[in-house]
Amino acid sequence: MLISLFIGCYNDTLFPETGKAVVTVLERLGHEVEFRDAQTCCGQMHYNTGYAAEALPVLRHFVKTFADAAVICVPSASCVAMMRDHYPKMAAETGDETLITAVDALLPRIFEFSELLIDKLGVEDVGASYPHRVTLHTSCHSLRSLHLGDRPVRLLHAVRGLQLTELAGQDQCCGFGGTFAVKNAEVSTAMAMDKVQAIVDTGAEVCTAADNSCLMQINGVLARTAPDRRCLHLAEILASTDAPATR
Amino acid sequence: MIHVGHAEDAPAFPESAKSALANQQLRANVRRATDVIRAKRALVVGETNDWQALRESGRQIKAHVMRHLDEYLVRFEEQCTRAGGHVHWARDADEANRIIVSLIQDHGEHEVIKVKTMTSDETRLNDALEAAGITPFETDLADLIIQLGRDRPSHIVVPALHRNRAEIRALFQKTMGLGTLGPEPEDLAGAARQFLREKFLRVKVGFSGANFAIAETGSICVVESEGNGRMCVTLPKMLITLVGIEKVVPSLADLEVFLQLLPRSATGERMNPYNSIWTGTRGADGPEEFHVVLLDNGRTRVLEDAEARETLHCIRCAACLNACPVYRQTGGHAYGSIYSGPIGAILTPQLQGMEHSTTLPYASSLCGACYEVCPVKINIPEILIHLRRRIVEEDGPRLEGLAMRAAALAFSGGGWLGLAQRLGRLAQRPFAEGHSIPSLPGPGAGWTDTRDLPAMPAQSFRQWWASRKPRGSA
Repeated sequence: MLISLFIGCYNDTLFPETGKAVVTVLERLGHEVEFRDAQTCCGQMHYNTGYAAEALPVLRHFVKTFADAAVICVPSASCVAMMRDHYPKMAAETGDETLITAVDALLPRIFEFSELLIDKLGVEDVGASYPHRVTLHTSCHSLRSLHLGDRPVRLLHAVRGLQLTELAGQDQCCGFGGTFAVKNAEVSTAMAMDKVQAIVDTGAEVCTAADNSCLMQINGVLARTAPDRRCLHLAEILASTDAPATR
Repeated sequence: MIHVGHAEDAPAFPESAKSALANQQLRANVRRATDVIRAKRALVVGETNDWQALRESGRQIKAHVMRHLDEYLVRFEEQCTRAGGHVHWARDADEANRIIVSLIQDHGEHEVIKVKTMTSDETRLNDALEAAGITPFETDLADLIIQLGRDRPSHIVVPALHRNRAEIRALFQKTMGLGTLGPEPEDLAGAARQFLREKFLRVKVGFSGANFAIAETGSICVVESEGNGRMCVTLPKMLITLVGIEKVVPSLADLEVFLQLLPRSATGERMNPYNSIWTGTRGADGPEEFHVVLLDNGRTRVLEDAEARETLHCIRCAACLNACPVYRQTGGHAYGSIYSGPIGAILTPQLQGMEHSTTLPYASSLCGACYEVCPVKINIPEILIHLRRRIVEEDGPRLEGLAMRAAALAFSGGGWLGLAQRLGRLAQRPFAEGHSIPSLPGPGAGWTDTRDLPAMPAQSFRQWWASRKPRGSA
């Protein structure tokens, strides 16, 4: 299957390893990946901060770039939530019938990474091996917007050597929230401190999630309070073929 | 004038939040209390088999009322008047307070016993009463704690949620002159009962808010847990009820939905211990004189905005406060309004005027927990975004607006993003240490004061992709 990757602006810029991991997993499963160089951003930062007018050309650009893509993979639940929750309304507000139709046609072809693997490709075991203790942070968008449910857990359970420990307070936000993290830095950090404590309490070495935005927030605090733990995007674990430690 | 408590003079949310975060006792109290209520709510919501259908019914009834608010309010006035009540219309807080004060003065009374109501905190009724020489007695335990402590409510349902038992005991000992008061909940409730009983029997004027005003019958419904409300609405000679105009429902049958949604969402109870519904007056049985004051105070302005109108559907259960991870950290006072938490962040600016509360719509990470628990499905995150948009369009912070427009340009194609990434890598050089940026100047410090920021790696994904050999040719 030819799968078009929408990497997302912050993954492209700050977390290229996540994109490489997606490519590794999909190619290992025998699929072909394409990357359309014109792609940029989903527009979420603008839209959620109140800059709907500025988000609109970003939407238009996304729709134009991916109009003829059959399957689009997005390794960010938050970008997918932006598209599903807000694109139809944004398009409707323009009254532009062509845009409305294009958005309607495009949305069913967009898959978050774990949705793509489980729902579209029908795979749980992607042939990964990652002999570490891992806990899963359920991002708000994956929980309440995409309703990813146990998809990430099923993928992680199939990883050789991986020990999954359950995180307490899974429904609690990590405090990122886009520009909230800067506009309300103190509250945002207090929320992250709670999340980090819960992660440390699991005893896991690695915290994973379907969103690097949450992981950037969590890792930012981990780096100062518990530098022996770290965050890693779900795709990077699924791409791993580390040999299990022999005893 | 419109007042929403003291919201018009409140400091910006990030400022108030900072001092709340420094108060560890407050945070522990809020955390403990909200954890208890959330767990109880989850239990009693989980045992229903039609919760989502109930929520949808609640939403539809409220949406229908908002479309026909004018008709239902007039119908309520007709029916209430027919049953012997008197209906007054108040444009704003000051007008409502004037009406209430003069009703009490006309009867030559100087005291009033009050049922818990947020609406009178909204209008600052107690200040107006005291200024007119009338003493209000709060009879709800939590409101009594607030009143005795000269404090402000921090939660819609549990106004003294920020106080723990030891603090309340000390307050009662001091203000009621009870040197030997015990520390158990029974001791504290007993002290309040002693303090209040004599007022229930003596005071001639009762005052309440309303959970629901029923248009079909002209009835008022108040639900509560302590029985103080039942005392206030039955014992005095005269009863005055202040009702926000959005509280009207078409018929008694609609309570079938709301009296399931409200107690489960608010206190985690299947049913409130006290559900009082009364209609006009009935001779010597109950108050001989009954007045209803219908309050606008900015509500018709909220109604005008089709995108945010749902805000008026709120039944004040406070489930969104208990679920909110921001409220969990700061408690209610940081919101600078008697309406705190997610619903406060959308209600206060709309009632009071956006210019007074430009930081409240940003006091949320948009996590969606509020929407998930809302018994009438108010899409609070959507309304927060809508209000942010109004703030930006009416008076956007200029520097932020420029930065946003520049970013939008870079994201609109034409290869600008690649250029921006290259410039970013140059710009971060003085600050990056290995893979992270521990400290940034200017607005970036908002992040790096408390968290590391990842440094931009040498190669973006798109550069890696471009440099990648075609598959099979390696």
